[in-house]
Amino acid sequence: MQAYVTDKQPAPPGSATATRLKQQRGRVEMLGERVIEVLIHLCGFSAIIFVFGIFFFVFREGAPFLAKLNLGEFLFSTEWFPTSQTHAKYGVAALIVGTLSVTSLAMVIAVPFGLGAAVFVSEFCTGKAKETLKVVIELLAAIPSVVWGFIGLTVMAPIIIKTFQVPIGVNMFNGALLLALMSVPIMVSIGEDALKAVPDSYREAAIAMGATKWQLIWRVLLPAAKNGLLAAVLLGVGRAIGETMAVLMATGHSVRIPHSIFDPVRTLTATIAAELGETSKGSDHYQSLFLIGILLFSITFVVNLAADLIVKGVRKR
Amino acid sequence: MTKTFLLNQANRAGALLTAGALLLLTGCGKNDGAGGKKQAIANIGSDTMVNLAIAWADAYAKVDPSVSVEVNGGGSGQGVAALINNSCEIANCSRKFEEKEIADFDAKHPGKEPKEYMVGYDALSVFVHKDNPMTEISIEELQQMYAKDGKLAKWSDLGVSNIPGAKGDEIILVSRQNNSGTYHYFREAIVGKKNEMRLGTVDMNGSKDVVDLISKTPNAIGYSGMGYATPAVKHLRISKKKGEKAVEPTIATTLDKTYPIARPMFMYTAGDPSPQIKKYLDWIISDAGQKIVEETGYVPLPK
Repeated sequence: MQAYVTDKQPAPPGSATATRLKQQRGRVEMLGERVIEVLIHLCGFSAIIFVFGIFFFVFREGAPFLAKLNLGEFLFSTEWFPTSQTHAKYGVAALIVGTLSVTSLAMVIAVPFGLGAAVFVSEFCTGKAKETLKVVIELLAAIPSVVWGFIGLTVMAPIIIKTFQVPIGVNMFNGALLLALMSVPIMVSIGEDALKAVPDSYREAAIAMGATKWQLIWRVLLPAAKNGLLAAVLLGVGRAIGETMAVLMATGHSVRIPHSIFDPVRTLTATIAAELGETSKGSDHYQSLFLIGILLFSITFVVNLAADLIVKGVRKR
Repeated sequence: MTKTFLLNQANRAGALLTAGALLLLTGCGKNDGAGGKKQAIANIGSDTMVNLAIAWADAYAKVDPSVSVEVNGGGSGQGVAALINNSCEIANCSRKFEEKEIADFDAKHPGKEPKEYMVGYDALSVFVHKDNPMTEISIEELQQMYAKDGKLAKWSDLGVSNIPGAKGDEIILVSRQNNSGTYHYFREAIVGKKNEMRLGTVDMNGSKDVVDLISKTPNAIGYSGMGYATPAVKHLRISKKKGEKAVEPTIATTLDKTYPIARPMFMYTAGDPSPQIKKYLDWIISDAGQKIVEETGYVPLPK
């Protein structure tokens, strides 16, 4: 052995050199560890800082208008004449109704499809089919909303006119259909996770009791995964409420209280998108749009909070 | 008309980007050129003209790389104010200087006059679906359709029935978002300054979108720049009152002022312009500049 020892070989363990090297490396590693730790902390906190920063900014721009405004008129009047030269009116009731109606209709369409697909992917599919389906559904989520809007405006509008014999093709139904398609992928992936989290022993027990596949899903899996599925739906709702470009293009963007699902409507988000670009900073119109932003922020905050609390409920079980 | 609508931030961002891109583009060519500092021409004003002004500025960058034209919207009134306060070289105006503005100008610039250049026209066409049998409409009828207290809401009220492909009798009114220059001019010309547009119009976000939607909606009627016409829509002849002679929207009728919803567009300088600005304005009035007017959907000057 002695013959192989050269200058370049590491010092034998226990020697003074080895201890020093180890200490040095330890110091570098410790330092790296600390740096990375701080960085990760920063990343974590930055999310909070950004959220509060955005909230602060939106509130700062919109809040001064609260003093000048009759809040009752803002929330309950349907007269939206922000650029009138003689008597400007800022009533967003029609916009609130627009947002809520499009979102609810979208959910009526999306929930059965989304949860049905989640059950199918999780319980019926195996192997390749499952993987392919998951990839394709996720692909659906990757389509930009402006593309959806364009499809709504150019492809679906004429089809809706012909199929349902209605005077206009860009309407609540068109927008809701697009929103449904956009929120289904979220529901499927989160819903599938929720179903996957149900222990296999539940399935085995149900089958051992002689349950059919339908009974297993309806009576065992859905109740067991209830909270996760609800969270999936609420996140879909959040997606639908916040969506802008697709609804701007496909709902018709018309200030009115809809009487049927084939009436054009206008949403809160689309109003901000269409009008903010051309208002002068600090004007009443500008501030009223930020006030709409605050309203929207509150709505999505409540929805997300609800989803969060429900997911927490899942974890506790 | 758009003077109350101040800075269009999107346009400003667009203009800044354009200006930035121009700086980059022309900056490359300049190194091997004669050198010298590039002259910036500030061009502020009418929102109606802002797209046209940006198109001119872009094209002119290739004609004369030593000049960079920086365009900002904000409305005609902003342009006038900027010219009076010396914060721009050229003001875009979709109307003439008002008397008060001329007085303000004289106070600040003794011995000078705002120099006016007519650079083109903005004419609005009223469009319906190509299968709609209607061929003409009066300003009065448009007023009754678009005004808040208007009485026309059904095609049968206008004596139009059996539009092929139309479902029901409802008139679908297509309009623009409420701070576009086109919207403001239409509101002023049709429903009047003191009146409001009807709520429940379908508000599209661009001149082209209006035409697209009408081409797919047999029940619809809407307005847009004359240049946005396509084979899928039909423009209507317009009369001032029902029974009067209706006028076809053409370059000729815009120029002889028989077409009622058209207006000239102006650029103003404070007194005689510097040679470089004069060169730019001459280029705008030249065939090359007027070709851009037509391409962007406005009406060029008579030849």
